[in-house]
Amino acid sequence: MNRISRLVAAAAMAFSLATPALAQIGGPVTGTPSNPITTPGSADELELMKALNGGRIAGRVSIPDAQSASLIQPEGREWRDFHNKTLTWVGGIAVLGMLAILAIFYLSKGRIRIDAGPAGRTIKRFNGFERAAHWMTATSFVVLGLSGLNLTFGRYLLLPIIGPEAFTAVSLWGKIAHNYLAFPFTLGIVLLFLVWVKDNIPNKVDVAWFKAGGGLLGRGHNHPESGRFNGGQKMVFWITVLGGALVAASGYILIFPFAVTDIAGMQLAHIVHGVLSVLMVAAMIAHIYIGSVGMEGAFDAMGSGEVDLNWAKEHHSLWVEEEMAKARETIGGPAGAKAAGAD
Amino acid sequence: MARMKFLCDSDRCIECNACVTACKNEHEVPWGINRRRVVTINDGRPGERSISMACMHCTDAPCAAVCPVSCFYTTADAIVLHDKDLCIGCGYCFYACPFGAPQYPRVGNFGGRGKMDKCTYCAGGPQQDGTMVEYAQYGSNRIAEGKLPLCAEMCSTKALLAGDGEMIATIYRERVSKRGYGAGAWGWRTAYRENVGA
Ligand code: SF4
Ligand code: SF4
Repeated sequence: MNRISRLVAAAAMAFSLATPALAQIGGPVTGTPSNPITTPGSADELELMKALNGGRIAGRVSIPDAQSASLIQPEGREWRDFHNKTLTWVGGIAVLGMLAILAIFYLSKGRIRIDAGPAGRTIKRFNGFERAAHWMTATSFVVLGLSGLNLTFGRYLLLPIIGPEAFTAVSLWGKIAHNYLAFPFTLGIVLLFLVWVKDNIPNKVDVAWFKAGGGLLGRGHNHPESGRFNGGQKMVFWITVLGGALVAASGYILIFPFAVTDIAGMQLAHIVHGVLSVLMVAAMIAHIYIGSVGMEGAFDAMGSGEVDLNWAKEHHSLWVEEEMAKARETIGGPAGAKAAGAD
Repeated sequence: MARMKFLCDSDRCIECNACVTACKNEHEVPWGINRRRVVTINDGRPGERSISMACMHCTDAPCAAVCPVSCFYTTADAIVLHDKDLCIGCGYCFYACPFGAPQYPRVGNFGGRGKMDKCTYCAGGPQQDGTMVEYAQYGSNRIAEGKLPLCAEMCSTKALLAGDGEMIATIYRERVSKRGYGAGAWGWRTAYRENVGA
């Protein structure tokens, strides 16, 4: 008799332990325990259950630090896996992959030249304000990117080379720079958005531009036509603005720890921040490549602000026409008349 | 060598916070930092339990795994310590730690975290044992003096046990079999990937 009742009890217990696990596997969770803590099994069972359900065991503390009320958070393990495995792989593949693609491209196609050769005459592409906003965003992004990558990859790449003390010094300065440069970066994102959004609304021309293989693949003498910004540049613009906004938002959550959220929120903010950042770094590597070694004449746009007329005609035909039309209007001479020096 | 662990018998803990106070006093832990705290679950409801929690000195410690500057090390007694001269105060160890053990002084800009501070199992840090430098950074080093952590020593109900894992698990098991009930060892499964054992 005694044996039977014990068997029944054991079976009941095994079933009650197995139920939440089954509910987890079998589609939507309908029977989540309403409040498992009110029926404390052993600490061990509770911990196991919470670990399976991804829950936290929390209580009350008598000290002001609200975070310390969390007793056990099994999610720490998932965040650890994210940081040590997922982020390392995603970041490594994104950055190295992009570098590899660009290297292959450069080796096979070389630098993209101005087909018609430099005209020698230039046209204003970006004014001083636009360039200042661009470079403020760009320089802070580079430092933010490097100091960020350092937190994930530095211990494998840099630490063994320069040793723990020097590596700590670099990382500490990196952290301080990362915190402060977040502000000019955010300001830059806002400014870039404001000055360029009107020229970056996707339209039919961009579809045709992408179909023609854009400025990189569609070589030869039939450059797809494009306005002030082509499809690719619009992509860079939206990656910068939307990606930058999300990275900045998650970054501010991280910079002011626990000001607006709890441990789960902080972990999530870090995950969003980390993944988007490495993807943005990869995208910006491509952007830097095209804007410098990848294409003849492209750098001037952000350098002096004046681009070669033939470059402009090849890559931004519609924009050049518009500018020319505007110039004629401003001069206001009789139609067809040429202003002095317009040729 | 021993494998040092903490065990809090929540059937005995009366939430007197003596361990918290002892720790603060022994190491002159700065304002706002708690290396140990007592968490009460089900406060005021049936099944209320208080658990004294600090760094559990985990097996395969998550904090050490995620630290970007790799400043953690494990002593021969399996105590997880870190080097404050190397820590950059990034806060990652707090995200990974299952027990919320790492603490950060608020220094400098924004919510800027200073060098991480946590329970050292009264084992000091990488500095020379028993020196003032070590004391200033990490608190006293009782382990070097052949003593166990003060929190457990101070515990009036002996709810908090510190010492070799095998030994404190045996004490706990004897208690449970004598009194006929036990709520288990909080955090053991998560920290050490094992139970107190039956
Ligand atoms: S309890 Fe937290 S701080 Fe202590 S060893 Fe484990 S993960 Fe590290
Ligand atoms: S706060 Fe310090 S100990 Fe913790 S992960 Fe960052 S650098 Fe390492």
